[in-house]
Amino acid sequence: MILTLLMVTPLVGALVLGVVPRANERLAKIVAASFSLATLAGSLALLARYDISEGGYQLVEKHLWVKSFGVYYALGVDGIGLTLILLTTVLTPIVLLAAWDDRLPEGQKFHGYLAWMLGLEGLAIGVFSAMDAALFYALFEATLIPIFFLIGAYGTGPRTYAAVKFLIYNLVGGLLMLASIIGLYFLSSRDGSASFLISDLVGLEIGAGAEKLLFLGFMAAFAIKAPLFPFHTWLPDAAASATPSTAVLMVSVIDKIGTFGMLRWGLGLFPGAAEWATPVVITLAVISVVYGALLAIGQDDLRRLIAFTSVSHFGFIILGLFAMTSTSTAGATFYMFNHGLSTAALFLIAGILIARRGSASIGDFSGVQKVAPVLTGLFLIAGLSSLSLPGLAPFVSEFMVMAGTYTRYPAAAIVSVSAIVLAALYILVMFQRTMTGPLREDNAGIRDLNPLEMASLAPAIVLMVGLGFFPQPLLNVINPAVDATLTRIGVGDPPPETPHFPAPQAEEGHG
Amino acid sequence: MTEYLTLSMLLFTIGAAGVLIRRNAIVIFMCIELMLNATNLAFVSFSRQHGNLDGQVAAFFVMVVAAAEVVVGLAIIVSIYRTRRTTSVDEASLLRF
Amino acid sequence: MLDYAWLLVAIPLVSGLGLLVWGKEADRFGHLIGTAASAASFVVGLGAFVQLLARPADDRTFSKTLFTWIHAGPFHVDMAYTFDQLAALFVLLITGVGTLIHVYSIGYMAHDARRRRFFAYLNIFIAAMLTLVLASDYLVLFLGWEGVGLASYLLIGFWQHKDSAAQAATKAFVLNRVGDVGMALAIMTAFAQFGTTVISDVNASVSSASTGIATTLGLLLLLGACGKSAQVPLQAWLLDAMEGPTPVSALIHAATMVTAGVYLIVRSNGVFDASETARTAVVIVGVVTLLVGAWIGCTKDDIKKALAGSTMSQIGYMMLAAGLGPAGYAFAIFHLLTHGFFKANLFLGAGSVMHGMNDDVDMRHYGAIRAAMPVTFVTFALGYLAIIGVPPFAGFWSKDKIIETALAQSWWAGLGALIGAGVTAFYMTRLLAMTFLGQKRWLDDVHPHESPRVMTLPLVALAGLSAFGGALAIGGWITDWLAPVTGEVHEHHLPAPAWVISLVVLAVVALGVLLGLRMYAARAIPGETPADREVSIATRAGRQELYGNAINDAVAVRPTRHLVRTLVYVDGAGLDAFVTGVADRLGDSADALRKQQNGFVRSYALSMVTGALVVLAALLAVTLG
Repeated sequence: MILTLLMVTPLVGALVLGVVPRANERLAKIVAASFSLATLAGSLALLARYDISEGGYQLVEKHLWVKSFGVYYALGVDGIGLTLILLTTVLTPIVLLAAWDDRLPEGQKFHGYLAWMLGLEGLAIGVFSAMDAALFYALFEATLIPIFFLIGAYGTGPRTYAAVKFLIYNLVGGLLMLASIIGLYFLSSRDGSASFLISDLVGLEIGAGAEKLLFLGFMAAFAIKAPLFPFHTWLPDAAASATPSTAVLMVSVIDKIGTFGMLRWGLGLFPGAAEWATPVVITLAVISVVYGALLAIGQDDLRRLIAFTSVSHFGFIILGLFAMTSTSTAGATFYMFNHGLSTAALFLIAGILIARRGSASIGDFSGVQKVAPVLTGLFLIAGLSSLSLPGLAPFVSEFMVMAGTYTRYPAAAIVSVSAIVLAALYILVMFQRTMTGPLREDNAGIRDLNPLEMASLAPAIVLMVGLGFFPQPLLNVINPAVDATLTRIGVGDPPPETPHFPAPQAEEGHG
Repeated sequence: MTEYLTLSMLLFTIGAAGVLIRRNAIVIFMCIELMLNATNLAFVSFSRQHGNLDGQVAAFFVMVVAAAEVVVGLAIIVSIYRTRRTTSVDEASLLRF
Repeated sequence: MLDYAWLLVAIPLVSGLGLLVWGKEADRFGHLIGTAASAASFVVGLGAFVQLLARPADDRTFSKTLFTWIHAGPFHVDMAYTFDQLAALFVLLITGVGTLIHVYSIGYMAHDARRRRFFAYLNIFIAAMLTLVLASDYLVLFLGWEGVGLASYLLIGFWQHKDSAAQAATKAFVLNRVGDVGMALAIMTAFAQFGTTVISDVNASVSSASTGIATTLGLLLLLGACGKSAQVPLQAWLLDAMEGPTPVSALIHAATMVTAGVYLIVRSNGVFDASETARTAVVIVGVVTLLVGAWIGCTKDDIKKALAGSTMSQIGYMMLAAGLGPAGYAFAIFHLLTHGFFKANLFLGAGSVMHGMNDDVDMRHYGAIRAAMPVTFVTFALGYLAIIGVPPFAGFWSKDKIIETALAQSWWAGLGALIGAGVTAFYMTRLLAMTFLGQKRWLDDVHPHESPRVMTLPLVALAGLSAFGGALAIGGWITDWLAPVTGEVHEHHLPAPAWVISLVVLAVVALGVLLGLRMYAARAIPGETPADREVSIATRAGRQELYGNAINDAVAVRPTRHLVRTLVYVDGAGLDAFVTGVADRLGDSADALRKQQNGFVRSYALSMVTGALVVLAALLAVTLG
């Protein structure tokens, strides 16, 4: 029940916002924040109830939903799903707090704005815990609706264009996945009753050709969502037109559905096809890493820059997933969490800057450090985490991805290592141009962070530093789930070529 | 038997041609009625031929529907005539690209 | 104490972070806390060192695991430290010189509104540098490695309201990151090859792998070392880094951080012992850099940049020594220590001079400061004697050994080192003469005065170390001490008796000094830097830092910029245009089809009839055919 409760709490919150008096925006904000905090508390309870030592799917609820199609309302979490649910529930209160002082377009009220965000949270929790392919698909598509309205109704700039582009691009991907879902139905109904349960689908016998087609359908949806080069062009537009809070939810949480889907549904259901597609996916992932970083260097709009850094980071995540070593895949899963945190911090601080200055163009800033030292400091920390400085959580995950990948695909790892130079370039040059140098007159009015803003950013910063030095608590949750997935696929880790200390063992053998 | 069907066919064709060719809404309306009645004739003939009442039931249905249709249709035509002072259907072509 | 050696890192780290978070209330005493933290660290280090001394010679490696940092599949990294002979020396250097520089900074930064933050950064640097030298695992070393990079970034850009400082900071970090690519790849290679990233395990296993692996590892580590230690080809950031406050230049960009590359190579001696090629590469890098640095040092009129050139050059010596294998490791470390003393001394002396000269760094505006700043002059002169290698000062003992060992192994390395010694004597004499001797060339409103006691005391202490640091080599103590870490030194064959070599070196040094005195002490020096066309090609090249920036520009910066611009264009006009193009084409075809909705009831009726007929025909065709 706890998963259903967790999913329903924010959805109920969204409905409650509908009956809050239209004039009382403050009450709406408080209601929204309370529901998101309740969800956070629920997710912590979930973490407590989850038995880490046991691993596997836990807290499963299963009810038959549509009998004739074998669709179940089935929820359950493994370590990977749990990690992403935690990410969702941690970030939502942060973005709600950060949205406190947002300026909405004429005629829009906070009620709807916050309600869509809560709705998105509930749907995301559902997606991360769905154990039925049809349920997953339904929730996957449903997440498009809140984002469409969050961008289209509450965004800035050419928001309608961005929202429609986002919606159509993602719908196309979803459609291809729907085709695969239908294909799965035919295959599973072939021998007796159909079922969309992941446990039944895993055992399904699929011909090699059909498997490839089905895999491609799923992969198309996930590659667009993630986004993987060359399907990334919707992201910068959407990110630049969204409010900072929306951008965070979209990039940090919802885009993770793409990479999460690749791991659970793509690799999990179609291991053979995944191996077949690996060379292409790895190549695209490496291109994403380098391409995203290079494009980030060339951006003038802060939000587009951050969007492109995410393209680069998603490249790392996908690279780690498809390298299929226990180190790289665990690293990639951990990266999903860390990227959520670091991008959230970056987007929110950039959002504050943009709101204060009234411009998103890097060229319009200079010397902000002088008037807003705390903001500058936190921006630097967020930036450093984005460039994977050791001591901050993203480094651990990025290095795990690269080291794990190196053991199987050295060339891919070597090319992607170049991103550590490029990342330093795009973050530090941006930092240098905006924060340092002489203070520009039109920047003098930029206020430093207020306590509310600091409070909303603090959890993300603390988590990034904490997980940078002590990643093990979260890795302990992730590792068993990743190992189980990889065992199912049937790939082992490449052994070291000359393992350390072969000599003493040999001596023992002789003795 | 064939005679009835031939008549029905002729009436239907005349009706269809009228719908396609004429512009006056009233005439088009009458042509539609003609087509409906041609169908009724066919229904009844088949009913007779097969020796059951299904066709006759269907013919009654058609009549009821046609009556209802006349009510709505004529009302529309009258209101178009009131606003536009014409009953030509080509004039009422606002619902287009 | 050994059990609590983690306090070495923890104390300055907590102090540094605490000072940052504490806020303005700590402005009054932040510098004192920072200095106390550094001093406390030194005391812990000293205690641990004494304990190590008390242990038997073959049991002087103390390792302790604090907790598991990362564990996933075969990848396992422990947060562990190793306090051994090599680490002990570094700990004492970092905390000792670090504390002196903290004390000095109290005076130097007294009038800076952000002094608390400066001390916080210094403390973070100390913590990171100690992490680097105490790490048992390459990845933990990397943590410290990047940590010092961050501290260096923050401190170079400390006066970030200046564009030049901010740019220098970014440049330093990015060039360091290029080196870090090498480090990262080296760690990954070690992991893929040996399944471990523990430093001692990797170095023990290298011999059982192929030479190719050893060479790869060695070259990758060398790349990392080049970045951090400002060696050719990644040298360009160090001179710009002088934008930072002078104590930073002394601590980070002279005495400690920039020598981390040398530490890395000595620490990875197992790798370099296994690969002749990698060692040769290290020697080449060392020789080239020591000459390039010396060349640049001869031409700069900015006192800090001249010293920075000298730092490059001296680290070149250490690299050269480290590349000579077991024979050289100990001397590399020895020179690293003595250089830490005398270069910190020289930089702080320069800072003292700048302090008295209204922060002017142009030596053309100095001259005859000797009388105005006697303590600074005397301490600086001791540092000067140490760096040019006059016996019995510290630099003589270490540099002489390096030249000797280099000559024993290859004539060209030895020759390079010998020439370097002469040039060093020349540019240091030039520096000393232009600053302290000759005629006054002071600008108006400049009234040089001796610095406060809090600044001169560290100078005196460092001068003492510069003078007597050579004592470490008495009876070969330092080589014996380091032997368990770096391997035994075998007797090598010298082309001439050692005393002859020493005499030759001294003769070359004397030549450099005389030339320097002739050109800069005996003659009047113009108060303005001569224009480029009035000086020789060699000087012009030196002023341009041998075109390092131009080369970087041509090789990396401009191509990257073009690539970025092209890709931005391709992304918009290619990829995105394709996607939106597909959408537009769909829209166009919809527009075309829309024309069918002409609003004429009759044409709709006609299409219905036609459709009905088609369906009918199809049905007939199926049933009849």
